[in-house]
Amino acid sequence: MAELVQILIYGVQLGSLYALIALGYTMVYGVLRLINFAHGDVYMVGAYVGFYACTQWLPFADLARNPGAAGSNVALAFVALLLAMAVCAGVGVAIERFAYRPLRNGLTHADAHFWGFVVALPIAARVSPLASATGFAALVVVGVVLGFALRPVVAWLRRRVALSTSRLNALITAIGVSLVLENGGLLVFGANPNFIPTVIPERTFTLPGGIQVGSSQLAILLVSLALMALLRHIVLFTRAGKAMRAISHDIEAAKLMGIDTDRVIAYTFALGASLAGAGGAMVAALTHVKITPLFGLLPGLKAFVAAVLGGAGNIPGAALGGILMGVAEALVAASQKYGTYRDAIAFCLLIVILLVRPAGILGRHVPEKV
Amino acid sequence: MRWWLVRIATVAGVLAALVMVSQFAERGIRAYELQVILLCGVYVTLAVSLNLINGITGQFSIGHAGFYGIGAYVGAAWTVLWQPRLVQSVPALKLGTLTGDVLTLAVALVLGALAAALAGVVVGLPSLRLRGDYLAIVTLGFGEVIRVVLLNMEAVGGARGLSGIPTLVSDHELAVFWVGLLAVLVIAVSRNLMQSVRGLTWLAVREDEVAADAMGVNTTQVKVTAFVIGAAFAGAAGVAFAHYNTGISPDLFGMETSIIITTMVVLGGTGSVTGSAIAGVLLTALPEYLRFLADYRMVIFSTLLVVMMLTRPQGIFGHREVGWGTFGQIAGLLRRLLRRRGEASA
Amino acid sequence: MSALLRMEGVTKRFGGLAAVSGLDLHIDSGELAGLIGPNGAGKTTVFNLLTGVYVPTEGAITFDGRLINGLKPCRIAARGIARTFQNIRLFRELTALDNVKVAAHLRSRAGLAAAIFRTPGLLANDRALDQAARALLARLNLEHAAASRAGDLPYGLQRRLEIARALATEPRLLLLDEPAAGMNPQEKAELMHLIRAIRQDFHLTVLLIEHDMRVVMGICERIYVLDYGEIIAEGTPEQIRRDPRVIAAYLGDEAVHC
Repeated sequence: MAELVQILIYGVQLGSLYALIALGYTMVYGVLRLINFAHGDVYMVGAYVGFYACTQWLPFADLARNPGAAGSNVALAFVALLLAMAVCAGVGVAIERFAYRPLRNGLTHADAHFWGFVVALPIAARVSPLASATGFAALVVVGVVLGFALRPVVAWLRRRVALSTSRLNALITAIGVSLVLENGGLLVFGANPNFIPTVIPERTFTLPGGIQVGSSQLAILLVSLALMALLRHIVLFTRAGKAMRAISHDIEAAKLMGIDTDRVIAYTFALGASLAGAGGAMVAALTHVKITPLFGLLPGLKAFVAAVLGGAGNIPGAALGGILMGVAEALVAASQKYGTYRDAIAFCLLIVILLVRPAGILGRHVPEKV
Repeated sequence: MRWWLVRIATVAGVLAALVMVSQFAERGIRAYELQVILLCGVYVTLAVSLNLINGITGQFSIGHAGFYGIGAYVGAAWTVLWQPRLVQSVPALKLGTLTGDVLTLAVALVLGALAAALAGVVVGLPSLRLRGDYLAIVTLGFGEVIRVVLLNMEAVGGARGLSGIPTLVSDHELAVFWVGLLAVLVIAVSRNLMQSVRGLTWLAVREDEVAADAMGVNTTQVKVTAFVIGAAFAGAAGVAFAHYNTGISPDLFGMETSIIITTMVVLGGTGSVTGSAIAGVLLTALPEYLRFLADYRMVIFSTLLVVMMLTRPQGIFGHREVGWGTFGQIAGLLRRLLRRRGEASA
Repeated sequence: MSALLRMEGVTKRFGGLAAVSGLDLHIDSGELAGLIGPNGAGKTTVFNLLTGVYVPTEGAITFDGRLINGLKPCRIAARGIARTFQNIRLFRELTALDNVKVAAHLRSRAGLAAAIFRTPGLLANDRALDQAARALLARLNLEHAAASRAGDLPYGLQRRLEIARALATEPRLLLLDEPAAGMNPQEKAELMHLIRAIRQDFHLTVLLIEHDMRVVMGICERIYVLDYGEIIAEGTPEQIRRDPRVIAAYLGDEAVHC
């Protein structure tokens, strides 16, 4: 029995991470009806930011030599968390701006400059390593030049290309972005796994019945809950949140009501991405898991299943789905016989839920008007 | 009566031509280039078979590598695990002889295709209730489930995969024949279907499923059939691959491969058989010849995908096909151009 | 006379909301009947129930003496009910001719294997379908549009093409959902003439949903009036025009002067 509770605790911890990622999926699906495939990779970026923050950028004290600095380390950990959230919010906004918005609104000059920089990256890297001053200068110069060179191309395309509102095309674009992030990450960070050493002391609490809970597990749970509560407040009680909800009901009507849908959509992406980033940073710092550029793929997919489980577009549903997903996976992972199938459970759940109740647990089925 | 004869003669002719090309190719071309050609053939088969599902019936499936993998593993399991047990009682299957090799490979192909077709039914049935992105995710999930199951199946090597598969495809210098045969078959089936009115009903399912239903098209049957045929060919391609690559492992049949195949179909133009075939060749051959970009291969692929979607979502060929008619069109165009030149100089 | 189509006590509920309830209607063979009512009354729901898009929550729908509850739309089309849609649902990427051929395929005999192997049987079958489709297009004055992409056709031609496509399934009962929507008076007059003509030439029974009273009163022999999912009146155009309940719910005073 105690073992079961232990598994459940692990499941809830795992589930709260899935919930954080799932919230981003569900919010974007709510406003754009788009499955942001690249979302799992934002989680990965969060983990890397956490890694660099904890090992290089912030003055974390080595606890082995200086145990008294635990307090300041915890404070710095929060800074790292906020940093990860901020960077990921930026990444999320960039993805929306350069990969998804052109599908809605067509290509613009800004897009030309963005692609100029993208193409400039490998070229500048050939000249000299990007991290160096000359490399960076080369990047800026080539990027700007290419940007202006691409402007007429973009203008020509804008005249000739019919805007694609097909959800399928957006999905393919999303898959493409995900791959770019993963493989770009492989090029930039290398395939070697990194991991964050212990920067916050780990304490184990023993509950009645012999159940043990780690302080890191608690931390993940508490921070996730706090973030989810914050999100709930934003969605329900702020103007931006109301605008998000309006757009998720009817985007055209929202535009007619004077809502700047592009801005609100960008805000939605920023919110979702920051949550995923927080999840990534926490999991990297507190569970010392090995981070690679591809490590966001599987959690991302599982979180997506969680979002669908709870009802795509439904925010409490995503949280619920995440927890359920985490618990299910914990149970499967703990079983002797089927432990190695833990990754497959997500997809089996997905197939089952889509067959039995496609709208999800908390979702409402909207029949197609014939 | 006469029709049958003509048909048999044509088929025999094509087979003979393929054999001759194969013999010539294997003698005249370097081993490395042969590998590229074989891989092209495999991917053309994969792309055109996916086009049946994605392009023609409009069901977005991104788990195609799952069918590819099932076929490869079932075919290889037959050759490596089961066939040796039968060889005693069925001496015709003995490997090393032409008949033995061809027979064993033929059985492998059939078994692989059937297994993949069965999987196609399993995936196709739930797809009936799903549309668009949900279907895409389910097919992706299916592909991943297959990969995880294969990874855990010790009987076929688990994570290490299955190795030492007899090179039944490349023996007797028939590699190009087998791979070419599959490609020709899948293209022929697709083209024949698309030129018939029944093919139009498949396109109707893509265009508007509700209306197609109302006009008497059994959309359920169409969608599942597309999955079955597409999966069967992917499975056969897997068998062929396994039997010249000598080794297979689960990571060859995962999401990355599925996405490459999908990119080919999207790039070529969903719904265009020619487009898928050409994209299949291009996207297989180019990375091989642009080896210096090998590290960037996936980044380029994915960036290409994104750019394609932003600038020309209907692919290079869109919905169009290149057939005999196109030559007529080109001829007509040339004629008009020459006439204008003639008038200008007169 | 036994009715070709009969709905008895048909109710359709979506969750707690009853889109239609307790519908009793019948259409006799060869009739040209109309279904009218305010927006949201449930008229298209009736069509969706008749064509199998929705399954009745209660009640029975019989067509040609056989129960069709729960049959899939393609089976119902095979039984002989065809329809057009309120918001045009053509196969936009296909040509006008191909749109009609798809529908005509319902009555063809050729199987999948024949198509894959391109047997002479299939080629003959497809040639026949092609001819039949062209004839149908010509009958509806659409032969000049045969090779045009359906999505590119002007609105009026699209509506006519939808009718041609429905006719290609060789139906006994034709359901027209707001066929005159968006047409100018001349086009409406031509449409009325067309509907009468095809009813005769193709031995059809027609049930049409329409908002334009001139069209409804002009060609319908019998009219059902729907309001809030229930039938509130039934009768000839004269009877309906004078029915106080109908006037209150839908027609207003203009109908009396029509």
